[in-house]
Amino acid sequence: MLKYTLKRIGLMLFTFSVIFVICFVLIKLLPVTEADQFGQDMQLVLLRREQLGYNKPIFIQLFIFLERALFHGDWGISEKLYFGRDVWTLFVTKLPNTILVNVYAMLLSVPIGLALGIFAAMKKNKWQDHLISTLTMVVISVPSYVYAFLLQYFLCYKLQWFDFRVLPVDPENGITFFSWPMFKSMLPAVFCLSFGSIAGFTRYTRAELTEVLTSEFMLLARAKGLTKGQATVRHALRNAMVPIFPMILGEFVSILSGSLIIESIFTVGGVGSLYVDSINCTPPDYNIFLLLTAFYTLVSLTAGIVVDLSYGFIDPRIRMGAKK
Amino acid sequence: MMNDVTNIKIDPSKFQFAHKENIHDKKLETKPIGYFHDAWRRFRKNKASVVATVIIIFLLLFSFLVPIFCSNAYTRSTNDTERLKYQKLLPKVEWLSFMGVNGCKDTKINEAAYNQYRAMGIETGMSPIHEVKKGSPYTETVGGKESTYYDISLDTYYALGMNYFTLTEEQYLNIQAWQNESKIQVIYPAVVTSKLPVSKRTDANIWYMADQKGIPKLDSDGNFVDIYKTSGSDKYDSIRVSWDDGTLRYSNPAGTSAAPGYTVRINLYNYFIYKYGFEPCFAFGTGADGLDILTRLASGAQFSFLFAICISAINLVLGAIFGSIEGFFGGAIDLFMERVSDILSGVPFMVVTTLFQLHLAKHVGVVPSLLFAFVLTGWIGTASTVRMQFYRYKSQEYVMVARTLGAKNGRLMFRHIFPNAIGTIITSSVLVIPSTIFSESSLTYLGIVNLESSGMTSVGTMLANGRGFLSTDPHIILFPAIFISLLMITFNLFGNGLRDAFNPSLRGSED
Repeated sequence: MLKYTLKRIGLMLFTFSVIFVICFVLIKLLPVTEADQFGQDMQLVLLRREQLGYNKPIFIQLFIFLERALFHGDWGISEKLYFGRDVWTLFVTKLPNTILVNVYAMLLSVPIGLALGIFAAMKKNKWQDHLISTLTMVVISVPSYVYAFLLQYFLCYKLQWFDFRVLPVDPENGITFFSWPMFKSMLPAVFCLSFGSIAGFTRYTRAELTEVLTSEFMLLARAKGLTKGQATVRHALRNAMVPIFPMILGEFVSILSGSLIIESIFTVGGVGSLYVDSINCTPPDYNIFLLLTAFYTLVSLTAGIVVDLSYGFIDPRIRMGAKK
Repeated sequence: MMNDVTNIKIDPSKFQFAHKENIHDKKLETKPIGYFHDAWRRFRKNKASVVATVIIIFLLLFSFLVPIFCSNAYTRSTNDTERLKYQKLLPKVEWLSFMGVNGCKDTKINEAAYNQYRAMGIETGMSPIHEVKKGSPYTETVGGKESTYYDISLDTYYALGMNYFTLTEEQYLNIQAWQNESKIQVIYPAVVTSKLPVSKRTDANIWYMADQKGIPKLDSDGNFVDIYKTSGSDKYDSIRVSWDDGTLRYSNPAGTSAAPGYTVRINLYNYFIYKYGFEPCFAFGTGADGLDILTRLASGAQFSFLFAICISAINLVLGAIFGSIEGFFGGAIDLFMERVSDILSGVPFMVVTTLFQLHLAKHVGVVPSLLFAFVLTGWIGTASTVRMQFYRYKSQEYVMVARTLGAKNGRLMFRHIFPNAIGTIITSSVLVIPSTIFSESSLTYLGIVNLESSGMTSVGTMLANGRGFLSTDPHIILFPAIFISLLMITFNLFGNGLRDAFNPSLRGSED
């Protein structure tokens, strides 16, 4: 197991570095802003570019960049969007917003999704099941930004329960990450993100559970005298969780990357907005873009690995990396 | 003994046929059912999918026929800045007006606005006030001052009202000639603006004595006091408004003596009829840029459909070839190709698109670079499905038999093994269409892909355009949102139906 884990992590790092090098080269191939456009900061910019080896071949630039990034934590400075600010610091200040909104969404959607899924599976082929399945189908299909528009129109505009946007952090007025106004302003975004996940979890749970419920060991459990509830909780649920749990785990990892579109609609001020802004300004802010590219790539690769490995940890019957 | 038997010679004439007639197998009484026919039979049983298919066909027809049949002089004049005057009109369909699709919206206005709308009605006979709600007028105290308010249903088409245009002599005379012919009044009498407070002089809708706030100064009978221009002379020979006794003037001179111009008060509603040849009436309303939402949505949808179908077809071909080679040869080739697709699928899609846009958009255009981005990673899913099918079937006996009979690799791959994957592939390539449309609309919404710069439109662009007017003019965003939701739901239902039809064993596992 350990050997397999290490092998997977090694492979992932290999994939990651290949992708990173490709992206790095592609980004460096793009034209940079002329230094004289920076006006009085021209000397500073020129100096910094000299330091980063902008006049040298791209692969030497890559080594200079890696050396600075890995050993000094220096991912460059923003050249356009937040002029002169350190990219890494920017990223770290934006990250909590994204994580917070998505964690709330997960906390909301996992219990509801599982509960609905279990309920639907227990009532299989009755009207409750049909209702839940149909709703799931619809909710899963409708894009999340349509919910965002609906919620903004009805909750924020008509009823005026919430703000149109997530509040920016402002410790002097008592708006910190875990304060009530902050939480409240995040709610519409949280709802939007959860609808889709709830439907996803419901559908998945229902499918897995109905499959388990028809297995023969369920018949045995009933035959030995367990009630339906006991049999379901003790035998069916535990088996159904085998594929469901890795899915939840994978979602937890991938929420780091957040949802670009929801972040931009509710101005969450997280990593997603930073990414979109860094591309949409002219010229694009390449240093921010490079860091976020690396970040998103790492998150998606990690999510994949975590899902695969967690199967082995949860279910002892699955032997990871065993020769067929 | 054996030799004896073989050596016995029997005269052939001693033999005779037991049966004279030819022997046949019993003829099949039912028609043979092919793979697709079988799938179709199963598909038909799924009512939801059939309904979804009908709706998809309807959406397709909508997006392909509307740009052809609903295009008119107005929708074609895309570079005309005059359309900005017709922005944010509400949906209006004559035969649906009983359902409230009459271009009216409920709004709360103050006294000055109410009087202005009333005056517009009196002057032109087209009253923007469709209905005054019960309980109006009422007073409300805002900021310590008591003011009168009205709740009305406002006709956004008639509320277009008047606008000051500066016309050349030729344009002026053309409109006059058209007026005489059609008996529709476009140019209304000029106003002596010096009688108005400075802040109200640019408002073409005010033709009556009014104070700073725009509240009219009425005469003793409660009528508006007109301030029409009666002095001077101008060049007209037009129909005159009904209350005109021949003294009114219809323009203020502008321009130079060499190139005379006329500043006139133009009724925008009638001007529309003059310019485009039909009464303004937009089934889906107009957007903030004055564009007709119906035709724009249809052409956006058309683009999205064509684009998605293109992607789906390219991915199908690429994925099938790649997956077949991977699965058939296996071993080192498989390992290498798997790493390639691993690396490609590891790059987040957003990043791929962005890089393609940054690098290629200037050289090959926005749309082709978006297409490349979709194609770069899109085929991986198809390839892995095909690969799986190859692994499952390549070691089966019938393949061995074919090989023994001398079939070449190509024939084995595409004639014998590949058809096993067809059902799955069809299902997945149909499902590529909605997911492509969804991704493309997200990208255009976020502005990562800027289609408008190349004169294109897509559902995502329309959503982005309507976003800023969500609270004031929700109809702009409503129709694109409904369209894309409907599309997603129906395509998913359709895809589920296809999956069940092609792989009956998977039925119900995921719905």
